[in-house]
Amino acid sequence: MQDMGIQVLFEGINFQRLLAGLMVSLNLALISMAFSIVLGIVLGMIMTVKNRLVRLICRIYLETVRIMPQLVLLFLVYFGAAKHFGVDISGEMAAVIVFTFWGTAEMGDLVRSALISIPKHQYESGYSLGMTKLQVYIRIILPQTFRRLLPSGVNLLTRMIKTTSLVVLIGVVEVVKVGKQIIDASRYENPKAALWIYGAIFFLYFAICFPISRLSAVLERRLKT
Amino acid sequence: MKKKLLRTLLLAGLTLGLLTGCSKAADQTSASGTEENAAVSTQEEEAETGNSTGRSLEEIKESGTIKIGVFSDKNPFGYVDANGEVQGYDVYFAKRIGQDLLGSEEAVEFVFVEAANRVEYLQSGKVDIILANFTVTEERAEKVDFALPYMKVALGIVSPDGALITDVEQLKEKTLIVVKGTTAESYFGENHPEIKLLKFDEYQEAYDALLDGRGDAFSTDNTEVLAWALQNKGFTVGVESVGSLDTIAPAVQKGNTELLNWINEEIEALAAEEFFHKNFEETLAPVYGTAVDADNLVVEGGIVE
Repeated sequence: MQDMGIQVLFEGINFQRLLAGLMVSLNLALISMAFSIVLGIVLGMIMTVKNRLVRLICRIYLETVRIMPQLVLLFLVYFGAAKHFGVDISGEMAAVIVFTFWGTAEMGDLVRSALISIPKHQYESGYSLGMTKLQVYIRIILPQTFRRLLPSGVNLLTRMIKTTSLVVLIGVVEVVKVGKQIIDASRYENPKAALWIYGAIFFLYFAICFPISRLSAVLERRLKT
Repeated sequence: MKKKLLRTLLLAGLTLGLLTGCSKAADQTSASGTEENAAVSTQEEEAETGNSTGRSLEEIKESGTIKIGVFSDKNPFGYVDANGEVQGYDVYFAKRIGQDLLGSEEAVEFVFVEAANRVEYLQSGKVDIILANFTVTEERAEKVDFALPYMKVALGIVSPDGALITDVEQLKEKTLIVVKGTTAESYFGENHPEIKLLKFDEYQEAYDALLDGRGDAFSTDNTEVLAWALQNKGFTVGVESVGSLDTIAPAVQKGNTELLNWINEEIEALAAEEFFHKNFEETLAPVYGTAVDADNLVVEGGIVE
């Protein structure tokens, strides 16, 4: 039979397992993203500082994160910490640490570029009204950068969701791994299942990422007015 | 501009050193640009150190659970069935270990490992035993301690009927698919540099690649390819045995002799009841059918003829 493969998707609790795996991916990405946004805004503000040493350190951090593959970072945090410092952290925890480490750097750079794209007179007007630096940032600059950050921030979030497929190498079973397990368990009875399972995973990713990018588009439009 | 870039790179490398807390590893990591090499070199570096020691029998008994690393996508050795239950030849043995050491099959905490991170899992003490179709090699024996074998295998090569590979010679200048971290990868890498290797992280990807025709043949343990070819029409195992006969054994962290001795005694004791033959009947026979003779795979009491 040609359409045998699709049955595998609904055999036993396979579909629930896929959904559970998706929740793992989503959870990791959202938690890491929440941390990244907070820390990234701080980092972005630090990166606009005039001090060359501070900027150099930020630069090194950013370049390190960009050069190092996330997989290596995951291995270092998950296995390295246990081996050298005897710190036994769970795979999920290690994943959040690594993704936050990565997300903060990327987010910081986005915030930095958004900040320097705000015209100088915005800052100066604020100061001339007697506001402190912090007030200027919170009341004038950050609200304006927010709109500029939305598209690239959402892009980072969807990238993060997709990159969670790496965490299987530190023992966290997420949606793609569940899919592979299902395909493998049925590979003798149903070698054609792969197409259906990967297809289902594609739709699951789409079902998550599409609303997020729609939401950002709506927000962006609304914030414009 | 170039100087600046270089300086940044250098500094990035140094930061890396701080991160790993092991400057030697960092030098290698930053020097070898690619992802793969970096992962491998850290792995090798860290093999020499290793502060976290494996758990003693006492500690395992006290905690009430034993952590055993198995595959979750290598049917019929270790896989997860449609109900989310972990099954297979390795798992069957793992459950018996739980039964005999801690009095319950439920006492086994299964950790899902990949071919490429099995050694890491042991070295970092994240699992007590690896029962993931782990072929004994000299290189690996330097990093982990192997117990007595419970299975034996050689490499097999599976290829499409249309362009069947019946001899390793035929693979010259062709693409052979292998899975990273397996014996096939090291055997062909060392002995047959004329063969182009296409490497994947996971078995499923490798099979998909073979089905898609991205390589001319696929090589891994013969048990694996024989079973697969049986179920996939149009593919045949042209080379049933290449490389030396290898054994598959449980592995524990280097230096954890206490646990190692216990496993060895267990394997010897199980020979009396032909446990692994029973295991074969339960888990492997449904897949291999009559294609494979149990005595060609199963090792009882750790004795290989």
